[in-house]
Amino acid sequence: MPSEIVNKYFRTNKLPQIWCPGCGHGIITRAITVAIDKLGLDRDKICIVSGIGCSSRAPGYMDFDTLHTTHGRALAFATGIKMANPELKVIVITGDGDATAIGGNHLIHACRRNIDITTIIYNNNIYGMTGGQYSPTTPKFDKGTTVPYGNVDKAFDIPALAIAAGATYVGRSTAYHTQLLISLIENGIKNEGFSLIEAISVCPTYYGRKNKKGSAVEMLEWQKEHAVNIAAASKMTPESLDGKFLIGEFKNSPEPEYTREYQKIIDRLKKE
Amino acid sequence: MKSKARLMQGNEACVEGAIAAGMRFFAGYPITPSTEIAEFSAEKLPLVGGRFIQMEDEIASMAAIIGASLAGVKSMTATSGPGFSLKQENIGYAALAEVPCVIVDVQRSGPSTGLPTSPAQGDIMQARWGTHGDHPIIALTPSSVRETFDLTIKAFNLSEKYRVPVILLMDEIIGHMRERVELPDISEIEIINRKKPAVSREEYLPYKADDDLIPPMACYGEGYRFHVTGLAHDETGFPTNNPAVADKLYRRIVDKIEFHKDEIVEWEEQNTDDADIIIISVGGVARAADTAMKQLREKGIKVGTYRPITVWPFPDKRLVELADRVKAFVVAEMNLGQMVLEVERIIKDKAKLIKVNKVNGEAIYPEEIMEKIEEVL
Amino acid sequence: MNINETVTDKLVVNENWCKGCGICVKFCPKNVLKIENEKVKIVDIDKCIQCGLCELRCPDYAIYVRGK
Ligand SMILES: Cc1ncc(C[n+]2csc(CCOP(=O)(O)OP(=O)(O)O)c2C)c(N)n1
Ligand code: SF4
Ligand code: SF4
Ligand code: SF4
Ligand SMILES: [Mg+2]
Repeated sequence: MPSEIVNKYFRTNKLPQIWCPGCGHGIITRAITVAIDKLGLDRDKICIVSGIGCSSRAPGYMDFDTLHTTHGRALAFATGIKMANPELKVIVITGDGDATAIGGNHLIHACRRNIDITTIIYNNNIYGMTGGQYSPTTPKFDKGTTVPYGNVDKAFDIPALAIAAGATYVGRSTAYHTQLLISLIENGIKNEGFSLIEAISVCPTYYGRKNKKGSAVEMLEWQKEHAVNIAAASKMTPESLDGKFLIGEFKNSPEPEYTREYQKIIDRLKKE
Repeated sequence: MKSKARLMQGNEACVEGAIAAGMRFFAGYPITPSTEIAEFSAEKLPLVGGRFIQMEDEIASMAAIIGASLAGVKSMTATSGPGFSLKQENIGYAALAEVPCVIVDVQRSGPSTGLPTSPAQGDIMQARWGTHGDHPIIALTPSSVRETFDLTIKAFNLSEKYRVPVILLMDEIIGHMRERVELPDISEIEIINRKKPAVSREEYLPYKADDDLIPPMACYGEGYRFHVTGLAHDETGFPTNNPAVADKLYRRIVDKIEFHKDEIVEWEEQNTDDADIIIISVGGVARAADTAMKQLREKGIKVGTYRPITVWPFPDKRLVELADRVKAFVVAEMNLGQMVLEVERIIKDKAKLIKVNKVNGEAIYPEEIMEKIEEVL
Repeated sequence: MNINETVTDKLVVNENWCKGCGICVKFCPKNVLKIENEKVKIVDIDKCIQCGLCELRCPDYAIYVRGK
């Protein structure tokens, strides 16, 4: 018998997942179900949508209404679902490539509309599924199969991108900082509007190996040692923040939600 | 209550038809000559409790209507050549995942940006083979404003019945033409809705087809908690690499249209009984063909017309019959010869084949068809 | 599938699902676990404080705290 949470929210006959040993995607996926459980949501009114990638395979294991779409387009499919039935809680699971490369345009527009969708980006800094090509979040000078001499592209800062584009709830955590991740996802789902949570994952198979980052365990340890919560960071000196990255809640400022605003038009027209 | 006759544009008739058919969601991105369809939808949908959204591009629009349809709402998008190209990957998704939806393509000449405001029929083959892989598709081609209304309803009905994306393949002539039309009363219109599962969640197999090869369709939010993917899948809806299962799936989705072809195909023919020559055309060109036929008949030349209403699947059976007894077919189309390839395939060398093609952004005039016919006589 | 489960009062380990990544072993504060033949093994269940960190980070849901 699997644990209560897994038994309740996973399609246990599909487990274990296709992911490699130590892949961070499994940690994040469980975290999402814990957040859903904590919120006590009606699971039959939740729809989980993904694109294409290792990360986007997650919904197939989750016992909800699930939709595995085309590469990069999860947010556009999700927008249609939410518009068709605003009662549904729509959650999007996507990868760094899926969300910020091929799906980058959909991402900024979903942020801008503030449509009630909670998006979790499984960021492993690489295209995992296709075998380790660099992505828009591969750090500069790192390696991938298509940057054999080191990456010259500058990486996206996903939360900064989402905030600039208008998302109303934005946070970042890591596979290691699982409790924080759960609470960010919980708050993201609670926010009636567009929420974006960057979940820094680990891909030991490609990103790890290509960049000599060691095993999954070592990669998680790196997360532990280099992440600083934004709340603590304000009290730290710039020197002590050198080489670190921020995690935590970056933005939480609700604004009118898209489908509700549209509903107001429908209601007004009905009266006229 | 009988609705009164009113002057209407083809693009408007399309939206009227869609709403009559039950469309309650439209996602689109503006592009001439289809833009009025988005504009009318934006205006009319909230009045009936529906929703409109202008997405960031055509890829997103196509994705959004698939999502909305899976959530149980009849959905449509509209575009022209360049946008139709962008939609193709997701049209293939709808074909494989068997999601009902309607895609309007008001064609322009191309490739690329081409002649945005001029009539053309450049997408006849794109409508059939635009997305990759073997897939089912239905495409309808109206040739009047009233028929645009009727065929939009038919497009929704077919897509709901067969769980297939249906393309309403219009051209600028029909999209922008204004005609006085009297729309039928809603109560007189036959509306078909997708069949729903009659079993519980535990027993539901989302891709287990009935004898008609069509699986009943649950929608999101109803408690079925089912999975939909663009990967090859088995009856449970989950991915498979099993060659036999994948083979069965691909064949079924193609066969479900093939097996029902006789119910689906529609065409119109005039004066074919005694015709020596038959003009084959669709959409705006069919109107020129009509005039050409009448004028040639006055001169004593026995001309008939054959107008596929479903251009895909192509109404081939009747054409085979006609090929046995006519001397020549004239295929007139606003492209360099697309539909003619299908006609050629069907009639083989049983009759002579004459092509009338135009891609300069002007409509094909009756005189051009007449000249061609008189030339070969 | 035959289920290879180790059930103790405090922990349950599903060896079929375990991929031997060692994450639970590393981050267990009480050194309760180890990897043997590429699978997780309980070495000293008495030391387990049921903090749940192994369960929280196991990517394959192969270990969890019981009765808590
Ligand atoms: C249109 C299209 N282009 C390319 C691909 C190939 N492809 C599949 S997954 C993928 C990258 C996925 O990377 P990411 O989103 O970061 O997910 P990960 O596998 O790393 O979790 C690519 C390029 C595709 N499936 N479709
Ligand atoms: S390739 Fe990387 S991202 Fe994909 S399953 Fe393996 S470890 Fe995870
Ligand atoms: S519950 Fe805590 S103490 Fe017990 S094995 Fe797991 S991580 Fe170690
Ligand atoms: S974390 Fe899970 S998969 Fe990895 S070794 Fe421990 S039990 Fe096995
Ligand atoms: Mg990735």
